[in-house]
Amino acid sequence: MDLTYSTAHEAFRARVKTFLEGWPLKGAEAERPLAEQEAIFRNRGIEAGFVYRHVPKRYGGSEQPRDAIEDQIIQEEFYRAGAPRDLTSQGAGMLVPTLLEFGTEAQKARYIPPALRGEESWCQGYSEPGSGSDLASLQCQARLEGDEWVLKGQKIWTSGAQRAHMMFGLFRTEPNAKKHEGISYLLVPMNTKGIEVRPLREMTGGYEFNEVFFDDARIPADHIVAARGQGWQVSRATLVHERNLIGNPFMMREAFQDLVELARSRRRNGRPAIEDPSVRQRLAEIEGYVRASETSNLRQFSAAQRGEMAKVMRPVLMNKVFSTDTMQRIARCAYDLIGGDGVLAPQEEELHGWGRRSTPSGWVLQYIFSMGPAIAGGATNIQLNIIGERGYGLPRDLHRGK
Amino acid sequence: MDFGLSEEQEMLQETLKGFAEKECPTTRVRELFDAGLGHDSALWSGLVEMGIAGLAIPEAYGGAGLELLDVALAAEVLGWAGMPGPFLGHSIAALAVAAGGSEAEKKAILPGLASGEAIATVALQEDDRGFAPGDWQTRFAEGRIDGTKTIVAHASIADRILVGVAGGRFAWVDAKAQGITLEDQGGVDRGRPIAKVRFDGAPAQLLSGGLDASERTLDAASVLLAADAFGAATRLIELDVAYSQSRQQFGQPIAQFQAIKHAIARMATEIEPSRGIWWYAAHALDRGHADASRQASIAKAHVTDRAMDMARQSVELHGGYGFTWECEVQMWFKRIMFDRSALGTPEQHRERSARLGGW
Repeated sequence: MDLTYSTAHEAFRARVKTFLEGWPLKGAEAERPLAEQEAIFRNRGIEAGFVYRHVPKRYGGSEQPRDAIEDQIIQEEFYRAGAPRDLTSQGAGMLVPTLLEFGTEAQKARYIPPALRGEESWCQGYSEPGSGSDLASLQCQARLEGDEWVLKGQKIWTSGAQRAHMMFGLFRTEPNAKKHEGISYLLVPMNTKGIEVRPLREMTGGYEFNEVFFDDARIPADHIVAARGQGWQVSRATLVHERNLIGNPFMMREAFQDLVELARSRRRNGRPAIEDPSVRQRLAEIEGYVRASETSNLRQFSAAQRGEMAKVMRPVLMNKVFSTDTMQRIARCAYDLIGGDGVLAPQEEELHGWGRRSTPSGWVLQYIFSMGPAIAGGATNIQLNIIGERGYGLPRDLHRGK
Repeated sequence: MDFGLSEEQEMLQETLKGFAEKECPTTRVRELFDAGLGHDSALWSGLVEMGIAGLAIPEAYGGAGLELLDVALAAEVLGWAGMPGPFLGHSIAALAVAAGGSEAEKKAILPGLASGEAIATVALQEDDRGFAPGDWQTRFAEGRIDGTKTIVAHASIADRILVGVAGGRFAWVDAKAQGITLEDQGGVDRGRPIAKVRFDGAPAQLLSGGLDASERTLDAASVLLAADAFGAATRLIELDVAYSQSRQQFGQPIAQFQAIKHAIARMATEIEPSRGIWWYAAHALDRGHADASRQASIAKAHVTDRAMDMARQSVELHGGYGFTWECEVQMWFKRIMFDRSALGTPEQHRERSARLGGW
């Protein structure tokens, strides 16, 4: 065990920090819309070798040698600086790794570069009204007619579909095959005739996810990733990428520090709430979970660096449930600290993402929003099955696979 | 940067685990638990031969020259095994002398602890006062001590006692000396019998280390208790997994029911990610990091509390059998009770971590 960084890694961190002095942008660049500023900085990050490190240069990445410690340093320093790094959108975060693993050369060349730049945005067409946790029961159909797939059916909970240029989705292409073997992974342009997107309003008040209807929408036959019937395997890999996105110890530490600040600023019995013994107990207990998350993550980084991921299989399986639960603990504690202000409605401008944590209504939103990760990307109940079965060898559910 | 164990550390754990599986299987844990002595000289000799009694004692004094992290890794395995014996108190005493003792004191004390010639324990807690160095009222004057300590584990088999005295310092006492009276207090964990120890002018040697050294010793003890509880909790998960697969109801193993599968997955998720907390705290103490004391308190509070929650659920998972004396779960349950309550409850350590964090 050695928590000091090697000279090479210290030098690397220094380079990252120097680079990050360039954020926020200055001068005329700082006058441009935020999205453009982020794109400018992200491109510089690619040139410097700090962004999209594991994507080949020919597809727009920076193609760096694998080094989990460097990855960790970048994650930490970029997060601390609030600087834009790899997009974690559905496209860059999920489609790109999937195509790198399963796509054809033409698909990689066509789709990866614009996804990395955020110029072409993607949504994920997995869930259906009748297929949630039992995703493999999905019924949305694609039948091959000549050189086109004809899509018919419905997807639901499709985040960002109203803005997306493309969808990667699962469709039943082999109706006579067994449940898991009749599914294919297709790439669907959202402007295809016969596709209709209807927004769904979330409990936060915002509109992020949608229903998507396919009424004989036709897409080219080569918009398939891997072979017919292999969509299920392809999507399993994608879900792993999604789960990896969700556990971020730096995000958790920042949320916890915001919680401590909230406890300093709110008052109880005429004194700062942080002086109240029950508040101190609660904060300290939550910090135990935050520390567990940080140290578990550090252990996983080191295992990756050593090429010993098998040794940390269990904590990896637990990342999503653990970080979801910890963020919920933070949100619940904050919700109690804001006291009567907990009846306030989130403000319109706060409705994006996790919301700001600087105002009581921002914490109200966080309290509501913290339910989301328990459902998205594999509900907690399903994660617990995975932990029990893959982590501890417990028997699989009786009816699965049928 | 490498937050993982060395090959030697993994080997240490494997060797110790192999020894425990062979020499201290559940049947032996049970016999010793029922006997209530908390000690088995053959097991202890085995540990001494493996160097476990002197892991953190410098080689110059006959020990293995390792660090607190290594001692904690051994504590984890012993907690997993449910092995009774004086390991914790002995190790804490050795760490205290190695860290705060003068050259002469180390020379006089440590070789005997490393060779297993003497068994040591620690006497810290005082009734109505507390366990922390600032709480100690036992008086040292002119080579003698007066006062009463409670919850002294393995006092009846110990040859030497490290006693916390007023001023936050340590005194070193021969347990068989005049002026020492033991009163058995029972002990919920029958692997760790405890006693009240009264000192009436017992001859003692004041050690050189000051208040700081005593605080570090308490921090080390916190980490060791956390590691022991962690090991015990992982054993309980193994027991839960095995029982849920063998116990049949409604014509199928109960593990097939999600109520059970999810309960086990939840319990495991509460405990497994906390492994790094005590690793980190041990390493921070070994390297003298500024936040080491705070990390030790977080580790003690979090790990022992999570382990205790888990142990309660393990009992429930075993149904009526889980509530019996016969069921193995209770032995690890009670081990965790000791780890959680001795030397500061989670509540006390949380308040300490809040204070050390500047809240």
